[in-house]
Amino acid sequence: MSDVVEKTLTALPGLLLSLDSQPGAAKLCATSRLGSLVRSITELTSKNVGEEMAEPPAGPLFHTEKPCHVRAIYCEMLGYEASFSYIHAIKLAQQGSVLEKRVGYLAVSLFLHESHDLLLLLVNTVLKDLQSTNLIEVCMALTVVSQIFPKDMIPAVLPLVEDKLTHSKEIIRRKAVLALYKFYLIAPNQVQHIHDKFRKALCDKDPGVMTASLHIYLKLIKESPESYKDLTDSFVTILKQVVGGKLPVDFNYHSVPAPWLQMQLLRILALLGKEDQRTSEMMYEVLDESLRRAEINHNITYAILYECLKTIYTIHPKSELLEKAAKCIGKFVLSPKINLKYLGLKALTYVVQQDPNLALQHQMTIIECLDHSDPIIKRETLELLYRITNGQNVSVIVEKMLDFLRLSKDEYTTIDLVGKVAELAEKYPFPYNSWFIQTMNAIFSIGGDVMQPDIPNNFLRLLAEGFDSDEEDRQLRLLAVDSYLSLLECDTSGLPQRFLQVISWVLGEFSFLKEGLEPADVVERLGKLLDDDAITTETRCWVLAAMSKLCGSSDALCKAEKVAHKYTSCLDTALRQQAVELELLGRDVDLRTRVLPQHVIGFCVWLQVDSSLSFLDGFVSDALARGAAPYKPPHQRQEELSQEKILNFEPYGLSLPVSLSACSLTDRQSPTALSLSSSLSGNSADPPLKAGSNLLKLEGVKRVWGKQGYLPEKQATEEALAQEPSSIFAPSHQQACSESQQTTFSTIVEQDQEKRQLASSLFVGLGSQNAPCLVRTVSQMSVKPTQKRSKTTSIHLTSAFAQNLSDSTSEAVPAVGNTEVVEASEVSSLSGGSGPLAQPSSQVERGLESDLPSRLPATLVGLLRSDVEELCSGESLSLSACKVFDADALVLAIFLSNISDSSIQEVSCLISSEQLKVPEMCSTFSVLSFYLNGLNPQLEGSVSCASQATQSFSLTLSLVDFIRPLPLTTEEYGKMWLSFSHDVKQNLMLLKHEEEDQLEAALTALKEKLCLHIVDVIGAEGIMACQLVSGRPCLLHCHTHGGMLAIWLRSPIADLPDCLLYHCQKAIQER
Amino acid sequence: MIKAILIFNNHGKPRLIRFYQYFAEDMQQQIIRETFHLVSKRDDNVCNFLEGGSLIGGSDYKLIYRHYATLYFVFCVDSSESELGILDLIQVSTIYIFMTVFVETLDKCFENVCELDLIFHMDKVHYILQEVVMGGMVLETNMNEIVAQVELQNRMEKSEGGLSAAPARAVSAVKNMNLPEIPRNINIGDINIKVPNLSPF
Repeated sequence: MSDVVEKTLTALPGLLLSLDSQPGAAKLCATSRLGSLVRSITELTSKNVGEEMAEPPAGPLFHTEKPCHVRAIYCEMLGYEASFSYIHAIKLAQQGSVLEKRVGYLAVSLFLHESHDLLLLLVNTVLKDLQSTNLIEVCMALTVVSQIFPKDMIPAVLPLVEDKLTHSKEIIRRKAVLALYKFYLIAPNQVQHIHDKFRKALCDKDPGVMTASLHIYLKLIKESPESYKDLTDSFVTILKQVVGGKLPVDFNYHSVPAPWLQMQLLRILALLGKEDQRTSEMMYEVLDESLRRAEINHNITYAILYECLKTIYTIHPKSELLEKAAKCIGKFVLSPKINLKYLGLKALTYVVQQDPNLALQHQMTIIECLDHSDPIIKRETLELLYRITNGQNVSVIVEKMLDFLRLSKDEYTTIDLVGKVAELAEKYPFPYNSWFIQTMNAIFSIGGDVMQPDIPNNFLRLLAEGFDSDEEDRQLRLLAVDSYLSLLECDTSGLPQRFLQVISWVLGEFSFLKEGLEPADVVERLGKLLDDDAITTETRCWVLAAMSKLCGSSDALCKAEKVAHKYTSCLDTALRQQAVELELLGRDVDLRTRVLPQHVIGFCVWLQVDSSLSFLDGFVSDALARGAAPYKPPHQRQEELSQEKILNFEPYGLSLPVSLSACSLTDRQSPTALSLSSSLSGNSADPPLKAGSNLLKLEGVKRVWGKQGYLPEKQATEEALAQEPSSIFAPSHQQACSESQQTTFSTIVEQDQEKRQLASSLFVGLGSQNAPCLVRTVSQMSVKPTQKRSKTTSIHLTSAFAQNLSDSTSEAVPAVGNTEVVEASEVSSLSGGSGPLAQPSSQVERGLESDLPSRLPATLVGLLRSDVEELCSGESLSLSACKVFDADALVLAIFLSNISDSSIQEVSCLISSEQLKVPEMCSTFSVLSFYLNGLNPQLEGSVSCASQATQSFSLTLSLVDFIRPLPLTTEEYGKMWLSFSHDVKQNLMLLKHEEEDQLEAALTALKEKLCLHIVDVIGAEGIMACQLVSGRPCLLHCHTHGGMLAIWLRSPIADLPDCLLYHCQKAIQER
Repeated sequence: MIKAILIFNNHGKPRLIRFYQYFAEDMQQQIIRETFHLVSKRDDNVCNFLEGGSLIGGSDYKLIYRHYATLYFVFCVDSSESELGILDLIQVSTIYIFMTVFVETLDKCFENVCELDLIFHMDKVHYILQEVVMGGMVLETNMNEIVAQVELQNRMEKSEGGLSAAPARAVSAVKNMNLPEIPRNINIGDINIKVPNLSPF
């Protein structure tokens, strides 16, 4: 066919060129001639189309460019390239008459795309046409702008399109709104400033313009429902008017007023009312009205009804509406029209997560749909069943799915369903070990090589890690080995590669479990696999790897070596490496006994992997001693790289207080450790503690509780329910319904009996009353923490190096004696205050400590505080201070006491600090902000009064004063951990070796000394969290091994981990 | 959002294609082939919706189609569109398309004519589609507006010395056409929708 195209291409340009010479000839004739030509082309189905096309009756046919371009469009549509005509199309759009322009624009919009070079030539034309007074030209320009304009050309046309929003013609306004919507999709930032105009469009007096603006609002609200809640009322009013028939009659379609508009509005309402009771309440009335109005039996009313149902089930539930909606679902499901049935199933699938009882009501219909002739309906039914699967019906549902899979040939369906079956099988594997293996085998053989690669991976991990009891694990593995051995007996040629890989891995790993099975046998069977030419090299690698695992006995080794020898000169490097390794293993007996310990012990010993790579410590410290740069994790490197590009206005490298040798400061953040930590937080959705392991399992936590959020409690209730005989068919209030069904079906023959049995097996365990609300609360719970987290991170992203770390409120509390309020008036260092006259105090205040609480302001009583410390004292004045650790501030209570017998006049107190910035001061308290460029900021000050010389004092604050516990759950911790970029890791020596629980002791010490919050302790690892008073967090991860405590700190602030580490160290040493 | 409108005949030959999302030329052809493959093996008595097909958008992608005589009208949409809504939109646009196409060929039988006339008036069909769907969004479903557009086009054709079909004939043709479920009310009302008072901008 290529020569055909070539001929066409060579023929056409010539023709196009000849056009200019004969303008304006008989066009009528040309059009009809074109017709006959196109007709003749299209009627030709044979391969010689091109020959016909190459020899067209030249000349007269191409009198104008217009039909030419239509022809070019036709060629493009059929898949022939017509790029030669692009430039002519642009020219036509530029220069032609209105009619020709239209063809030109059409051709351009069909030929060109966003990143096409020729598009640049079109910009001026579009600009000119946008300013034209001819409506049609403006329309064409707007259309083409919305169709192909890329991001960088938007600024050129934006002002003009914006102007069109106030155009007098509705059609122009409408198109302008849609063009702006398109701009919003491509470049949201550029239309930021016209959101107000969108509102105007929403209020436009033409309903068409309003409809168009709804597209924008749907998108905007989808992105941030919160910011448009105020519009709910307007949308509800509009919908009310539309439903009430206030629109002109010509918006009616089948006597339904503006159905597409209604659907759009319902969708918007669903987004607005989601998880928001107050907003939802506003729309109940209009939703009810919509349900009521949708009586007429026509497609379009069903379309509205369907949207309405979705909205009702999305927004905050109202039982009355839900009841009506459930009835409507019945209308869909029971309808004889197949389209409606399909939608009914879809609606059920959507709804059933909240209310499984609905599925029970329609169980017979669902069973019928399972046997429907339309595969799409069948698939939708399976999707529905997938949603209602529980521990009791899983085997029936999986069986149905596998049946469907065996018949289906569609690749997309296969991938999708295989994934679902695998998920179900993994979710409920417990009572059915053999069933699990069989199902997985079926999945592998059906899914073949198209399925998602993580399915076999998950399966193997599940086998390797096992469940809670060793005996069960052993059985499961043994079952797998058995089934694979018998599979290998038969013909293996039809099995997919992935399946073969799984088989070889399992046999290599677990075949020793089967008593009486010689490894040599297994090697021989695996060797047979390799004979098949259809096997890929990847699979061969797997097989060889399995063989090397079996080389324990000399017999097996001999056989394996024979096989491997063939591949030692193979071209594929991975395969050759595998083979050479096997050969080496055969030669070196020592190595073999070390690597394959089961040869010695007879049982597989799980290798302990040192994930922190501590065996490299020596190497790293050597390298560091020689002056190598410490390792930085990639993300940190990236960050620094991006920082380097801008000018650095911050002071350079502050000397770290951690005065330790380079050796101990090794930043041992290897990529592996990093990935481990990421998997830690990835799995944090299912807390490892609940999985019942005593170690912090960093990866591969079994997915017993899947996306639907099955909680252990729920599982328990369901199981409990299953014990009751009544739940086998239906819960009590369903009984009536099913009984009435029974009477109607009384004449039904056996076939239906089967269906009922199927139904009872499918819907068993459903309808537990608490299920719906349980799911809802779970979803809410899972939403909240994420919101919280995103908030904190957004704050921290903005914090840069040496930034204002914390705001501490230092309160000069007028406390002791009869001293007047200390007045601090000057900003920063100088503060002077002169109390007019203080009354003489009769008694000397000494017992500060005892009656201090009464002196403190009421808000501070009951908070943690330090001891009162005397800062200075003179003849008549004594100054003492006490730190009060408020949740969001460090309050410094300063007590001035009169220790003389006479009254004191003109007391002035001055507080300054080099490291604390004092931005504002008022009479009773001042806010100091604290920079973290020194570890122990000093407060210096002096106090003086008339009768006493100036006395100076100083007070040292430490970072610890600003640290507060941060209460977190393990999940939140996991999420935050990933998002923080600055980290420090170090090993600390634990002094007390003799202690039983070193970790516990260390954690307690840290908690007491530093006010940390212990999030979780899992085995030998503990996680803790704290925050600065300003709310900036720092996370700690501790791990004890052999008298050492490995601490890993992470925070969004650069220096915080370092400083905190220093204090941790101190706290541990002082213990 | 509507991602593509495809019209092809019973043999999979494309008669009109319009993509609202950019795909390379060969990808377009592949999508047409795949879609035809999916649609053509379905009976007439099954539902008009299809899910799956891996090319345009995976699971977020639906095919909604109608089969008229020798032509398949397929809309590829994402999950935000309503199935039944689009199904009726196809019907509406089909009527518009035939309306334009029929202006010239009223005397001929509908079934024999539609496919070839679609080719002869491909540009016009595109214009009509532009009025109904703009940039993947449903722009206009109001019958009167479309009729006005058709009239405008015909007037333009006429003024350029082209075809001689009268707009009145177009409308009457549509009214008399024996299509199932043709909209009946075509008269312009003048009641405008009351717009709620929004907070001042």
